[in-house]
Amino acid sequence: MTALWRALRRGLFANPLDGLITIALLLLLGHGIRALVHWAVHQAQWTVIKANSTLLALGRYPEPDRWRLWLVLALLCSASGLSWGLLRGPGWPRPDRISATALSLLAGLLPLALDLEPRVRWSWLALAALLLIWRWAVGHCRPALPPWLLRCWPLIWPLVYLLGMALIAGCPGLKPVPPTLWGGLLLTLVEACFAWLMCFPLGVLLALCRRSDLPLLRWGAVVYIELIRGAPLITLLFLGQNMLGFVLPGGLSPDRVWRAAWVLTLFAAAYVAEAVRAGLASVPRGQIEAARALGLNPLQTQARVVLPQALKVALPSLVGQFITLFQDTTLLSLIGLMDLLGTARSVLANPQFLGRNAEVYLVLAVLFWSCCTALALGSRALERRLRHEPSATQP
Amino acid sequence: MGAPVPWWRHRRLLPWLVQGVAGLGLLVLTAAVVTNLVRNLSHAGMLLSWRWLGTPAGFDLGESLIPFDASKPYWLALVSGLLNTLRVVAAGLVGSTLVGTAVGVASFSSNILLQRLARLYVALIRNSPLLMQLLFWYFIVFLSLPADQAAIQLPGLVLCRSGLYLIQPHLHLGQWQAHLQLSIEFMALFTGLVIYSGAFIAEVVRGGIASVPQGQWEAARALGLKPPQILRTIVLPQALRVIVPGLNNQYISLAKNSSLALACGYSDLYSVAETSLNQTGRAVEVVLLVLGSYLLIDLLISALMNGLNAFVQIKER
Repeated sequence: MTALWRALRRGLFANPLDGLITIALLLLLGHGIRALVHWAVHQAQWTVIKANSTLLALGRYPEPDRWRLWLVLALLCSASGLSWGLLRGPGWPRPDRISATALSLLAGLLPLALDLEPRVRWSWLALAALLLIWRWAVGHCRPALPPWLLRCWPLIWPLVYLLGMALIAGCPGLKPVPPTLWGGLLLTLVEACFAWLMCFPLGVLLALCRRSDLPLLRWGAVVYIELIRGAPLITLLFLGQNMLGFVLPGGLSPDRVWRAAWVLTLFAAAYVAEAVRAGLASVPRGQIEAARALGLNPLQTQARVVLPQALKVALPSLVGQFITLFQDTTLLSLIGLMDLLGTARSVLANPQFLGRNAEVYLVLAVLFWSCCTALALGSRALERRLRHEPSATQP
Repeated sequence: MGAPVPWWRHRRLLPWLVQGVAGLGLLVLTAAVVTNLVRNLSHAGMLLSWRWLGTPAGFDLGESLIPFDASKPYWLALVSGLLNTLRVVAAGLVGSTLVGTAVGVASFSSNILLQRLARLYVALIRNSPLLMQLLFWYFIVFLSLPADQAAIQLPGLVLCRSGLYLIQPHLHLGQWQAHLQLSIEFMALFTGLVIYSGAFIAEVVRGGIASVPQGQWEAARALGLKPPQILRTIVLPQALRVIVPGLNNQYISLAKNSSLALACGYSDLYSVAETSLNQTGRAVEVVLLVLGSYLLIDLLISALMNGLNAFVQIKER
């Protein structure tokens, strides 16, 4: 007890000035928290969220086809559980136990708080259970799995995306749902996932070109990367919406949703290229020379020796770029697309919910913040795991 | 020995082949883009022309540093937008540097509460989208300020829904007037940019201070210097060498982020350009002008920061 007291005193009241700062901060914090709680309990009207939760999640996606989205969610949960299990193995260390508990609580309580129908509530619980079962089963079997499977697992993500898009947009045998009907979180995720998947290979290619010995490739990459990095995203989105129709042969111009997705991709690729380039620069020259001495050709040298090490180094900044990209999808609302923020603004324009800005924006902010924080925490766990793996640079 | 190497994999020839193919691809792409552009534009009767810049704009701006009204030409509207952008960027650079430095230094404070709050601020701000923050500042904070009659009054400062009034504010016919008046649109954008960039700059500053070896602190303490003195005379000058290159990136992204002014109704370059495009349909010209202006602003900031960088780096003797 006295030890705690002494630590507190040293940390908070070491000298008069420190004490003054502490007291002022405590007063401010207390006042702020009290005002926030008072607002959330007494003044805020949360009906705006309850009444529009489906609209915010899906936009105007047609009612009879919503079962397809549940299927997509089941696919996503399976893929996440699989990846989680493969990364962590059979045990359930403390972070995993905390995540699993938080996930189950979220799936149980959030639909309850939003007043969803019982059927939907049970579906969310079933999805959480599916994810945890995959985590458990795959984690349990991991030691017995062949090594090539462990190397190939990231490939399930593009596969899940393709399957998911086929379900969302419709494919032969399913009724097509045009992109104009997608909205809310669904549209945000479709755009972000497309850009995540496409900007990565493009960025790696650009980074390799920028470090290449061939002047044409190098200068092409430099000009592209610097031009894109010099322009604000909103002007590029604007350019995509207004000029792509002029640049492509008549009638070939893609839908507004896909135009924006391509602009996001091409924009993010320039930043990913810079992150990868920093990783490439960190690979010692001796690695390349050794690979050449072993008789690998330049392509094999890059693919088998340089890139695996470079990507490992670049991982933190790559995830940082992915997080930024996710946040950047909010800009789509400025060019008139109905992403999560765009849908929220259309809800706020409804006279029935006029002036409910604070509630809606707070919920959106919490949503974005938790997604980004989860991504950052996940990347840190992955980083730690990769650091423990034997790597070529360590003796 | 194995089979002879095929002719196209010759050491001298291969690089030229690869570049030739890449160059040809680029050339074909550019040619296709340009021909399509010219054909589609001439089809729409919109071939490149700058004459529309001289015609009256027909729209008014929320605020302008130069006299402007709807009868003035488009080019003046765009220049006014550019000046508005430069104004908020310049103010934002100063503000975010102050906030970032304060928070970056606070994260090394011996006061646990202050240190934790600094970290919390960075974590909260960096993980939520800037556009949402701008909407928050404009719609939730600044639009709910009291009206002129019930303004918040502090010595030398008046804040109400019509704006912020600095330096000798006084009521004149029921409206506040002062030597320096800032609209709430400007204030919302400014606050949003400062708080957002401040969090990123705080991380840069923290990294810079962390890069100064612990021995420097200990040596300074052994010499009997006080903590603020150590920071000012020993640590910060060394940390600046790491901080300045990082600041360059943050300043450029602040300038680019100012283009989100549209969200809080501030007439910056981008929002004026968008209005002009919607009225004239001159997509190519407007986009070229806007992209060129932002590139120029970036180059300007980079040039200034490179000068500063040369100044703070170690002089080799």
